[in-house]
Amino acid sequence: MIAFDYHKPSRLAEAVALLAGAETRPLAGGMTLLPTIKNRLASPAALVDLSGLPGMTVIQEGAGVVTLGALARHADVAGSALVQARLPALARLAGSIGDPAVRHRGTIGGSLANNDPAADYPAAVLALGAVIVTDRREIAADDFFRGLFETALGPDEIVTAVRFPLPRRAAYAKLRSPASRYPLIGVFVAETAAGVRVAMTGAGHGVLRVAEFEQALAKSFAPEAVSGLRLSAAGFASDIHAEAAYRAHLASVMAARAVAEALA
Amino acid sequence: MGAINGVGAAPLRKEDLRFLTGRGNYVADIKRPNMAFGVFLRSPHAHARLNGIDAKAALAAPGALAVLTGEDVAADGLGSLPCGWGIVGKDGQPMKEPPFPLMAQGKVRFVGDIVAFVIADTLDEARAAAELVEVDYEPLPAVVGVLDAIAPGAPQLFDEAPGNLCCDWALGDEAATEAAFAKAAHVAKLSLTNNRLIGNPMEPRAALAEYNPGTGHYTLHSTSQFPHVVRWLMSALVLKIPEQKVRVVAPDVGGGFGVKQFLYGEEAIITWAARKVGVPVKWVAERQEGFVSDRHGRDHVTEAELALDETGKFLGFRVHTLANMGGYLSTFGPNIPTNLYAPLLSGVYTTPAIYCNVKVVFTNTVPVDAYRGAGRPEATFLVERIVDVAAAEMGIDCVELRRRNMIPASAFPYQTPVLVEYDSGDPVACLDKAQENADVAGFAARKAASAANGKLRGLGYSTYVEACGLAPSRMAGRLGARGGLYESATVRVHPTGQITVLIGTHNHGQGHETTFAQIVSERLGVPFDSVDVVYGDTDRVQFGMGTYGSRSLVVGGSALNKASDKVIVKGKKIAAHLLEAGERDIEFEAGVFSVAGTDRRKTFAEIAGAAYVPHDYPLEVLEPGLEEQAYYDPVNFTYPGGAHICEVEIDPDTGVVKIERYTGVDDVGTVINPMIVEGQLHGGVVQGIGQALCEAAVYDVETGQLVSGSLMDYCMPRADTSPRMDVSTHSTPCAHTPLGVKGCGEVGTIGSPAAVMNAVVDALAHLGVTHVDMPATPNRIWRVIQNATLPRAAE
Ligand SMILES: Cc1cc2nc3c(=O)[nH]c(=O)nc-3n(C[C@H](O)[C@H](O)[C@H](O)COP(=O)(O)OP(=O)(O)OC[C@H]3O[C@@H](n4cnc5c(N)ncnc54)[C@H](O)[C@@H]3O)c2cc1C
Repeated sequence: MIAFDYHKPSRLAEAVALLAGAETRPLAGGMTLLPTIKNRLASPAALVDLSGLPGMTVIQEGAGVVTLGALARHADVAGSALVQARLPALARLAGSIGDPAVRHRGTIGGSLANNDPAADYPAAVLALGAVIVTDRREIAADDFFRGLFETALGPDEIVTAVRFPLPRRAAYAKLRSPASRYPLIGVFVAETAAGVRVAMTGAGHGVLRVAEFEQALAKSFAPEAVSGLRLSAAGFASDIHAEAAYRAHLASVMAARAVAEALA
Repeated sequence: MGAINGVGAAPLRKEDLRFLTGRGNYVADIKRPNMAFGVFLRSPHAHARLNGIDAKAALAAPGALAVLTGEDVAADGLGSLPCGWGIVGKDGQPMKEPPFPLMAQGKVRFVGDIVAFVIADTLDEARAAAELVEVDYEPLPAVVGVLDAIAPGAPQLFDEAPGNLCCDWALGDEAATEAAFAKAAHVAKLSLTNNRLIGNPMEPRAALAEYNPGTGHYTLHSTSQFPHVVRWLMSALVLKIPEQKVRVVAPDVGGGFGVKQFLYGEEAIITWAARKVGVPVKWVAERQEGFVSDRHGRDHVTEAELALDETGKFLGFRVHTLANMGGYLSTFGPNIPTNLYAPLLSGVYTTPAIYCNVKVVFTNTVPVDAYRGAGRPEATFLVERIVDVAAAEMGIDCVELRRRNMIPASAFPYQTPVLVEYDSGDPVACLDKAQENADVAGFAARKAASAANGKLRGLGYSTYVEACGLAPSRMAGRLGARGGLYESATVRVHPTGQITVLIGTHNHGQGHETTFAQIVSERLGVPFDSVDVVYGDTDRVQFGMGTYGSRSLVVGGSALNKASDKVIVKGKKIAAHLLEAGERDIEFEAGVFSVAGTDRRKTFAEIAGAAYVPHDYPLEVLEPGLEEQAYYDPVNFTYPGGAHICEVEIDPDTGVVKIERYTGVDDVGTVINPMIVEGQLHGGVVQGIGQALCEAAVYDVETGQLVSGSLMDYCMPRADTSPRMDVSTHSTPCAHTPLGVKGCGEVGTIGSPAAVMNAVVDALAHLGVTHVDMPATPNRIWRVIQNATLPRAAE
């Protein structure tokens, strides 16, 4: 591995200050960042380990909102009695990410900051209309994701927490890519105070909301409302695992399955 | 003392204590004082002229010791990597055999081709230095698929191989096959591809080389399935150093599957480099490096026709195959799609006339060579698929069609029209038993239950035979082998009667330390715990051809049996002297030498003691000591086979194929350790399922880049997608191996792909689907359903 400096600050302001340094990156679970460095695809001069910051792993409820600290690990979210009771779709999603080793290191903050176009969490965050809290501001999910591996975060900005307003009902369905086990297509549907919201991951260009599904489900929140809807393949990527038309087809199938589960 | 664990017993594996407690000794674990680290710089281009390499900056990097290139290889007069087989085309011309240089000379021919070897004090320094090597490439158009490679105007890899053709090879009677087709009532046709695979053993390849200037001796630790062959080829043909000055050790090796049964350039380069830099040098492949440098497997494009009479009797079988060799000829490369493929095309059937033409083709891809099954899975898949196609077209049940054409047990030994003579077997009995075990009778109800859930269920068969136990040397020599294929074993009885076996095969997951100990325990009547098995070290073991082609028990076990016989013969001489009886009156039974019809006896340990303390001993006529060696060369291949039945359920909405049941009844001859056999069958079947459902090495046709270049994109079969398997054996002992064994290492991989794919096609048959290429990924199945000719309403 390429040599880099390592900092482990205990105060948020200190972490932000350190991140002003050249080629300095925050480190959460390291599940994405460390392999990138090992494969010599990134060579940061310094890493700022966030695990020493206080309050970053909280999982708590207040006034119709569940808040997850940015360093809440996938396994903690999956196993949290609170999340299981109040946001079962999110608990199940967290429990379906990667493998046990990844779930015991990877964090929600890292997943969102990374914004992999096939990551699971972004679908939940976007569909539930969550708010991403950083060291300096609050960002609505609709404004946060900016396509492939791009977000609204500034280079030295740290996600500290994610606030999820509780939906009436919600569910997530995905088909895993056989090799990587990331979703080929994952669809998160939620009936929220602001109406039905549907977000899709895996289409290829980053997480996005699916207006066709939202409109159909607003009229009738039932699997049949979306199972027959065929999205245009033009919005989907093709690769060796899935051609665009297949991904487009899967979107309807997964949306219908998610709705069925939300109703179950 | 401990118990005798002989043939048929299932003691726990001796090797597992160290493996399960983290005490294995793999190449990557071995350290030497002052050890340096090497990194191979590999071509990022599929095809390019190599105009020059500038290593100045790399050599100036911290810790850098050397940057070796093809120019250094040429300057030192090193040989290129030899091919172990020289096949001959149907026109009598030998195959085109362009040199496979240790490091690229003038041109690179695949992504991963070695361009330089960079050595530094630490691994990180070696990596950093490697990034500073400047290579001047002039990219050339590349060709990765066989159809493209033989097309006019295709990029040419070698001047000496026009049209990228290595060899145009054939087997069988073309005229007789022609005649069979002329009188056929029906001809079934099938075009298919057999997908390219990457073996991916758990342990990546690795090597550690040392040179002792005091003695002139080299030691290479390598992840090899055949260390003696590595030493032989490398010392004699590549490095040109006396063989006895080279020691090759293959310690614990974490899986091979064929990937580690070749002489690799890396092994020779690192051995040569250790002398040049004056310190031990180590290299451990990264996983992704393995993807572009471990030899790949399979990769055929085939067109086949089966001629049948009106009753469904097979009359003739005609096959045209294009086999991808990759960028160079690897150690066994040209042998795999020819000699290990065409002779299997008779399958378990009485097809009287068969003709097979194979065009062996160069492409800008990783060299292709043996991977578990090697040629035989390709043949079996083709035969068992076209039988189903014919059955569907003629409206005959596919099992009935198989039964009408199967070789009956009474017809063994059976001479096929493609070279081989099956010595033993009972395909019908295997099929009967498999149908019973698979509860075929209950399939219709299970299919209906699936349909009620919107799922499509299918049942698939594969009744197959393979040829293994490589190999009778004389016959192999006629087919183009440049080496022999016998095996050797030494039984070293120590003065206390404890035993060390030295054997020329290599154990890398197969449980040889256990199976071979069982053979000796049984033959010599000594406790299982008294026998240790040593292998994998050219300084300890006499010689050996190594492990591949399900040969270790068949050939190595036979050598071991023969050496045990010799121990008994000598033991009887000693016993006759001590018991004052004639040698012919001495009987040996369960570890005791006795005078027939008397109670005078000597135990095995007493005889061993007398051999090493020869005070009362016939020294005039007998040497002291008790150690015997045997070489065994088989008289024929062995022909394990069986019947596999797979039941799948397909979700038509997603295209996901789930294996619901898997049943195998295999004839592997005599079973030494049923637990180990079961494990081999399980592992083999899972690898076959991998080929059928998920594995595929995919190259970009434009750039020649390996798109499926990591485990993120190359799908290995996993525990959670592997079915519960019901595997059992139905043995007809091999007629020519002394132990009756046939080998079990590859049968699972050979029999299973066709069973899985026949089940997939069966599940989709009502849509008009007649064939699906492997792997049956969700996308492919969904696409097949979309393109299906019959409406889905027909469900
Ligand atoms: C084998 C494997 C399988 C996986 N499978 C899946 C899967 O199926 N689905 C899925 O969704 N994901 C999967 N992942 C990714 C996993 O969820 C990662 O944990 C996640 O993408 C990154 O989280 P992390 O905490 O490890 O972040 P890190 O690797 O530490 O960081 C990732 C990036 O985010 C930045 N970052 C981290 N935390 C913050 C923060 N609080 N504020 C600002 N920036 C920050 C880092 O600087 C870095 O750029 C898989 C990963 C692996 C290794």
